Amino acid sequence: MTRVFISKDMASVALGADAVAQAFAKAGCEVVRTGSHGLFAIEPLVEVETSEGRVAYGPVGPDDVAAVLDGSHGTRIGAIADHPFFVRQQRFTFARCGVTDPLSLSDYGVHGGWKGLEAATALSAQDVVDAVKASGLRGRGGAGFPTGIKWQTVLDTPADEKFIVCNADEGDSGTFADRMLMEGDPYCLIEGMAIAGHAVGAGRGYIYIRSEYPFAIEAMREAIARSASRIAPFTLEVRVGAGAYVCGEETALLDSIEGKRGQVRAKPPLPAIEGLWGKPTVINNVLSLAAVPFILAEGAQSYADVGFGRSRGTMPIQIAGNVRNGGLYEVGFGVTLGELVNGIGGGTASGRPVRAVQVGGPLGAYFPPSMFHLPFDYEAFAQAGGLIGHAGITVFDDSVDMAHMARFAMEFCAVESCGKCTPCRIGSTRGVELIDRIVAKAPRAAGALETMPQIRNASRAARTHDEEVELLRDLCDTMKHGSLCALGGFTPYPVLSALDHFPEDFGGGDALREAAE
Amino acid sequence: MTFTREKDFGTPAASGEAVSLTIDGQELTVPAGTSIMRAAAMVETDIPKLCATDSLESFGSCRLCLVEIEGRNGYPASCTTPVAPGMVVRTETDKLRKLRRGVMELYISDHPLDCLTCSANGDCELQDQAGAVGLRDVRFGYEGENHLEGCKDESNPYFTFDPAKCIVCSRCVRACDETQGTLALTVDGRGFASKIAASQDEDFLSSECVSCGACVQACPTSALIENTVIEKGTPDRAVVTTCAYCGVGCTFRAEMRGEELVRMVPWKDGKANHGHSCVKGRFAWGYARHNDRIVNPMVRGSVDEPWREVSWEEAIGHVAREFRRIQNAYGTRSIGGITSSRCTNEETFLVQKLVRQGFGNNNVDTCARVCHSPTGYGLKTTFGTSAGTQDFDSVQHADVILVIGANPTDGHPVFASHMKRRLRQGAKLIVIDPRRIDLVRSPHIEASHHLPLRPGTNVAMLTAMAHVIVTEGLVDEAYVHERCDRDAYAEWAEFVSDPSRSPEAIEELTGVPAQEVRAAARLYATGGNAAIYYGLGVTEHSQGSSTVMAIANLAMATGNVGKEGAGVNPLRGQNNVQGACDMGSFPHELSGYRHISDAETRALFEKDWGATLDPEPGLRIPNMLDAATDGTFKGIFIQGEDILQSDPNTRHVAAGLAAMECVVVQDLFLNETANYAHVFLPGSTFLEKDGTFTNAERRIQLVRKVMEPLNGYADWEVVQLVANAMGLGWGYTHPSQIMDEIARLTPTFAGVNYDALEQRGSVQWPMNEAAPDGTPMMHIDHFVRGKGMFVVTDYVPTDERTGPRFPLLLTTGRILSQYNVGAQTRRTANVDWHAEDRLEIHPHDAENRGVRDGDWVSLRSRAGETTLRAKITDRVAPGVVYTTFHHPDTQANVITTDFSDWATNCPEYKVTAVQVTPSNGPSDWQKSYRELAEASRRIETAEPAE
Repeated sequence: MTRVFISKDMASVALGADAVAQAFAKAGCEVVRTGSHGLFAIEPLVEVETSEGRVAYGPVGPDDVAAVLDGSHGTRIGAIADHPFFVRQQRFTFARCGVTDPLSLSDYGVHGGWKGLEAATALSAQDVVDAVKASGLRGRGGAGFPTGIKWQTVLDTPADEKFIVCNADEGDSGTFADRMLMEGDPYCLIEGMAIAGHAVGAGRGYIYIRSEYPFAIEAMREAIARSASRIAPFTLEVRVGAGAYVCGEETALLDSIEGKRGQVRAKPPLPAIEGLWGKPTVINNVLSLAAVPFILAEGAQSYADVGFGRSRGTMPIQIAGNVRNGGLYEVGFGVTLGELVNGIGGGTASGRPVRAVQVGGPLGAYFPPSMFHLPFDYEAFAQAGGLIGHAGITVFDDSVDMAHMARFAMEFCAVESCGKCTPCRIGSTRGVELIDRIVAKAPRAAGALETMPQIRNASRAARTHDEEVELLRDLCDTMKHGSLCALGGFTPYPVLSALDHFPEDFGGGDALREAAE
Repeated sequence: MTFTREKDFGTPAASGEAVSLTIDGQELTVPAGTSIMRAAAMVETDIPKLCATDSLESFGSCRLCLVEIEGRNGYPASCTTPVAPGMVVRTETDKLRKLRRGVMELYISDHPLDCLTCSANGDCELQDQAGAVGLRDVRFGYEGENHLEGCKDESNPYFTFDPAKCIVCSRCVRACDETQGTLALTVDGRGFASKIAASQDEDFLSSECVSCGACVQACPTSALIENTVIEKGTPDRAVVTTCAYCGVGCTFRAEMRGEELVRMVPWKDGKANHGHSCVKGRFAWGYARHNDRIVNPMVRGSVDEPWREVSWEEAIGHVAREFRRIQNAYGTRSIGGITSSRCTNEETFLVQKLVRQGFGNNNVDTCARVCHSPTGYGLKTTFGTSAGTQDFDSVQHADVILVIGANPTDGHPVFASHMKRRLRQGAKLIVIDPRRIDLVRSPHIEASHHLPLRPGTNVAMLTAMAHVIVTEGLVDEAYVHERCDRDAYAEWAEFVSDPSRSPEAIEELTGVPAQEVRAAARLYATGGNAAIYYGLGVTEHSQGSSTVMAIANLAMATGNVGKEGAGVNPLRGQNNVQGACDMGSFPHELSGYRHISDAETRALFEKDWGATLDPEPGLRIPNMLDAATDGTFKGIFIQGEDILQSDPNTRHVAAGLAAMECVVVQDLFLNETANYAHVFLPGSTFLEKDGTFTNAERRIQLVRKVMEPLNGYADWEVVQLVANAMGLGWGYTHPSQIMDEIARLTPTFAGVNYDALEQRGSVQWPMNEAAPDGTPMMHIDHFVRGKGMFVVTDYVPTDERTGPRFPLLLTTGRILSQYNVGAQTRRTANVDWHAEDRLEIHPHDAENRGVRDGDWVSLRSRAGETTLRAKITDRVAPGVVYTTFHHPDTQANVITTDFSDWATNCPEYKVTAVQVTPSNGPSDWQKSYRELAEASRRIETAEPAE
């Protein structure tokens, strides 16, 4: 019986993978459902097991079974690793994704699983923390805080109980690495969390997954059940979010797990000292924790050898939006933005010129092609007024209206704000109103109230375009420096970068001309 | 005192090691854990703030308090950032000013602009901070999305919620969570749509809100504001005084406008309440100026005549003449007096002095007779003094809290909030109570063990717990060996070890599974610091004194007396019940609990008063009433107590009063007892006099006059008028002189005087040479009596038993919004929460009787019958019914019997065998009593209308 491998990743399923799998099963094949390798242009992808290894075809439809099985199908790729999209990747974290049956413990073992945990348990807690420190691993959720230092704090804080919390509330638009890993290699995350538990002395972990990820929730729950004895006495539980973006903020996430309204906590105290239920808590992103098994199995140096500047190791970069080769690309830090967009991504799907890319989700800055020389590196991006975030890249062609995108950033903030701090709660709504006026070229005239004789201090003159833009910049300043968390604090990045790099979209020229006429 | 707002440091005090830092160039040293905001406030640098207030944990939401810290990125919030050694902070820079103005600009873009007509005008933090940050213009304008159309919630009678004025700082929500512990408020929605919601977005009145006022106090704007401020304007002066409701003894700032009280605001420095309050003390003071207040003295020849208003001279002269006439006719001991736990220490002292010096006998008693007299007896016997062992703050150190026969969330709400705070921190809770009181399970609180015993089986239950502790080897042997009387212990240990006293043996009797009792006993004995809090569910039984001693035994056996977080703590019912007892209100005791038969003590008083004292103890209240019906007791002076409504077996009380020739009642209102009175002397409220109250933790606190008495005299002055009319020649011109006399004559009060109270705010007795700073905790190294005395507490079932005629057990209690006989609270809007007493009955018992929720039922005991409406609930166990006694129409005490505590005559209110049947309306007694009351309250005005 011929064995074929077909992804059941949510994206592959959306592209028709289930129907393809059924067709192969009907044809008598043994179908192994795997995760996705990560290039969506070739999904649904079918890999046929042959004496020379797996031979890949994609995309494949349900009617293509015979052609695939007899080798005549036109989308024959050959060995997937030789595909241009994969050939230069450095798959430290995603090594098994697309290769193994995600829930097969034997597959996991055969492909190097548990080696990290075994290595870790042979070490003292401090040695494990030291290894993570030496690897240079930084928080992959976006903040880039050194993971080992966070763990050290938790290890050093005495408590009767500690927790490992995995942030799998992957809410950024254009990001999907957490989901792919949880669907495609759940034991990798479990292993990483178990190592973290050993490293800091935590007995229990929680994985907080957004409700929009039903496949990942199911996969993680099943994987936890199957691997319970392997990670004992460490225990794990999946907690499902309720649709709030802000619960991806670590302290709001902790409140949500505790059954409270998801609302950001002020820091200090740091979660590492007073986290879940007030106990010392490691809270890391999926990708941070999933990088740990490699570090322990292969040695910290192997991980640290890859990278750029202070950004060590690999980053699973997610390329999305209006792009030809959308997907997940894991590679060491340092690759340029232009290489990612135009080289690996292959430019826009529409074929029109790239006008802007947004890096780091809805709170990331927009970059014009003039900045494509930037190396993918925390510091380089920060210096350029942007951020890497969760390494999602969204590509836009020249039909994009950047003022509209700036408005979207404010609107997103207004919709998702928890409402705790004032700059975010009120500022985002005022921001939407303000950008609407700017775009409509309708600077605010004095309101009915301001023109009343009882009101003396308000300006009665209509605002100018420049004054409105200045107000927008002031508002962004208030939000950036005044907000409690990154939601309000980072919303100015897309707004200001759009304003700085694409001022023409904000009607400045037109407005000035009109004023002159 | 002029009106100044209490200083707000922004965040609570910390207590870590000293940390030095620099703020705006000024070096200072503060405890580690202090926020930058608080540290700055300590050196008079007030960083702008809105969401921070020092009664609540920092929150960090308003973002006005941003500062710059050398070497740190960004602009951290000073409220949530703790100080660090060597830190250099700047609180005012151009950048900070711009950021703060930016935040304020956002606030004001969504806020009404009618400051001048706003009820918080001049007392609004938003207004203050807008000024502080220099906001001059709102560039966003006022026509963006906003909350200005929100509807006011005026459901609560005492405060109004105006969502348009709300800045969503969450101070109200946090106050409800942290300060009150009810968790009734939340923020509903998110982002710009965030709004404050009570319960499931209900109005305040129908929500879980208990109207404690903490949210109103916390609100920085007029979003939550007292209706009295809306009506009267902001106050212009404030006087700190002590609440006259329960025994917690909260101190308040009475905030005044001229002679008018605008609001009562709990005082942050109050040692008993720490700035918290309940619906009674905070809001229910309107009775003080209620139209029902009687302000002129009245006299009548007989109780079927209408009252006749007379001058003070005439009334006082009449009282003196009558009392002397009666004594001449029937003997020295034919009259007596009752002191009030509602009045000040000084007034109480004077009433007992009037009786002992002026009447020449010891016929003085007090309402403590019917509440905590067993506490006095039980704790004096076992520990050596008649008082709780701890201060309230001690509960913050408790690991296990045992609540028996008390319902603190209703009866002692402010202390309950402090207790709940500790429980939320993880202390374990054991509740022994027939009812499922709120503490058993409420938000973030759940009792580890609830032992819902049958009423009347306390002694058996506590002895069974002792059985477990002794037989399972959980006794603190070293403590017992060193601190207690060993022979008494050995005898007690043998007694409780008997298998007949095991939890298994009494399971059928108490109805509580033995395993639960064992588990509770183990937890109490081994869970760390274990504190017992009890109330009238312990004392008001035929074995009340035994129960108090059984409690003391448990505490001694486990080493839980004399340390923080432990102890035996009676929750006193009335504001000054502790003080009334301290002041010598009992017939057998002079002030400081010294027996009247002790010649040396008597000599001390005799010398000071220039009178000879009767060495024989006088009559207790029930004995006075008995003697009255026997014809040997003919006159009584009752100050501030409504014995007809509050004492058991109303018919017996009525008969006793009716048999007297001169009943003098001094009260604010024509109470029920006054229906049988011949002279009515109007009383004054706590707002109208100076004096002191002593709360349940022995804390003596000043009561300060904030307005002139409506009736012309404070109560102590009236007593002095009577005394002088009887020829005693008193010359007090201020209550401080009375306190000086008390101190002179009472060793435990030797160091107490008004100067010390003014200086320290409050002191806890004993305060004398041995304890110059007073005594927060008693029995630290040794018991007051020397060795702790274990007392064998044999369980003797009450004679009050259920049978075929009376198959249910009635137990009585209180409710949060009403206070005792309700004389005050019924004359306030608190009736919105509790307009009538209802009978709680279990669904099974209701079903059997065909009773539906809200039906009128007849409640009958062998003593009498009354009717009230039923409330069907499983808070009571099958076989048990429960009601309150706040409303005179209910006449709950018509039902209660004259059984009482074997040692102290404290009535057995908590156990009455009753039957409940459907009914159509009031009982015959209720009808005839209502007629009598109406007739009796007629007042003939001095000059009839033309």
